[in-house]
Amino acid sequence: MNIQVSDFKRFLSIKRLTFILALLFAVPSAVFAGDEKGKSFNAGDMILEHVSDAHSWHVAGDYSIPLPIILYSSNHGFAVFCSNKLDDGAIYNGYKLNGEHIVVANADGSVNKEDTAKLWDFSLTKTATTIVLSGLLLLLIMTAVSRGYSKRGTGAPKGIQSFFEPIIVFVRDDLAIPSIGPKKYEKFMPFLLTLFFFILLMNILGLVPFFPGGANVTGNIAVTTTLACFTFIVMMANSGKTYWGHTLWMPGVPAWVKISILGPIETLGIILKPFTLLIRIFANMLAGHIVALSFFALIFIFGGLWGHFAGYLTSVFSVAFSAGMLLLDVLVSLIQAYVFTLLSAIYFGMATEEAEHH
Amino acid sequence: MDLIVPSIGLIFWMTLTFLVVFLLLRKMAWKPILKSLKERETSIQDALDSAEKAKAEMQALQASNEAILMEARNERDKLLKEARDTKESIIGEAKAASQKEAEKIMQSAREVIQSEKMAAIDEMKSQVAKLSLEIAEKILRTELSSDEKQKALVNSLLNDVTLN
Repeated sequence: MNIQVSDFKRFLSIKRLTFILALLFAVPSAVFAGDEKGKSFNAGDMILEHVSDAHSWHVAGDYSIPLPIILYSSNHGFAVFCSNKLDDGAIYNGYKLNGEHIVVANADGSVNKEDTAKLWDFSLTKTATTIVLSGLLLLLIMTAVSRGYSKRGTGAPKGIQSFFEPIIVFVRDDLAIPSIGPKKYEKFMPFLLTLFFFILLMNILGLVPFFPGGANVTGNIAVTTTLACFTFIVMMANSGKTYWGHTLWMPGVPAWVKISILGPIETLGIILKPFTLLIRIFANMLAGHIVALSFFALIFIFGGLWGHFAGYLTSVFSVAFSAGMLLLDVLVSLIQAYVFTLLSAIYFGMATEEAEHH
Repeated sequence: MDLIVPSIGLIFWMTLTFLVVFLLLRKMAWKPILKSLKERETSIQDALDSAEKAKAEMQALQASNEAILMEARNERDKLLKEARDTKESIIGEAKAASQKEAEKIMQSAREVIQSEKMAAIDEMKSQVAKLSLEIAEKILRTELSSDEKQKALVNSLLNDVTLN
């Protein structure tokens, strides 16, 4: 155990991490400085642009990677093309980019609202690509870990296996077993582990400030909604008689209270549980990104007000604060992955609770 | 508004990716990992249990060894004591027997000495009587070889006799 703990500590050596993060931040800040020169700078737009989804992936300077656009509409069927066809407001096959939204354009270039309403956008956007990448990365990492187990059997763990084993054991012993109970936890372990590592990986990948990270994945409400829905579905699929009995027909309470007060409240509670899950992680991750970006915005705000020198001077503090913020976000990433998994486990525990006599 | 309206495309990709990753990882990673973890924990627990058991057995063995040793020691002490007693009794008996024998021998020796002494005394007596007779005969022969001498003797004898 000692060896694993020291490995973990070495990996998280704060000094080294701070240095790396400061370095990472220095690079994009230099890039921004060159990029935005000459234009009037709007901090709100810059931040929103960086935390929102995009159809192309901005790498550095003027260079962006075009991403595939996949559209379906009942009128025109499927359309698949590359996002660079729509660069600079160009119209392609009757589609054009309105901000980051793809709309159906009329011949004169105006938006056809009727057809746009029927348009389904399944594009592999920046966020979607990051999701798929994280999925692949997670598959790669965990199959490597699993290989370690099949190779060494019951022997002592080594390498990547020894890094992930304490985390897996933590999810099992400190999340699943206390929340669900030692009898039923096994059934939920694959789901909880996937949830924990997927969220963690997406959180961390969102913090890496350069390509292929930087997409605000878990700070995107569609992603958190989907994850919360999965938790909700698993919870409902495993809910037993005791759960529904206690939720909708609380024993020991007069019937009229059950119908008029407790019933509606508890029904609302069922929906609210996944809702709080999705809002919590969404708000935390989004806020982290916005605050870190705000520090960078300061560079350009001061640079715009008092000239380049003020900008460079501010950048020293901004980079330091952003690095601190990023470290905090690393912590938040861990905590949010932990909280999401823990609450999911607690909900599963509630759903599978066996009847006990009060 | 974009921030808080979930987009259908992302929901689709997220659902697809999560499902695929979940199903693949469940089969390829989580189940084997959790199984090996459990196996390892069981084997460690077994090893600990058997070590504990071995320790207990060891202790029991040590205790029984101690008991056996104690018993052996007692047995030895008993044997030694018995041997000592036997030795003493043998020595005692031997002493008594030898004393008796010695006395018997002394007794018989004394008797023999006594009888030899008597015989010697008897022999001496007869020898002395014989010698005395011979001496008396020789003396008489010399004393009474002449008449004067016979007369002198008679006279001295007569002088000694006091006639009252």
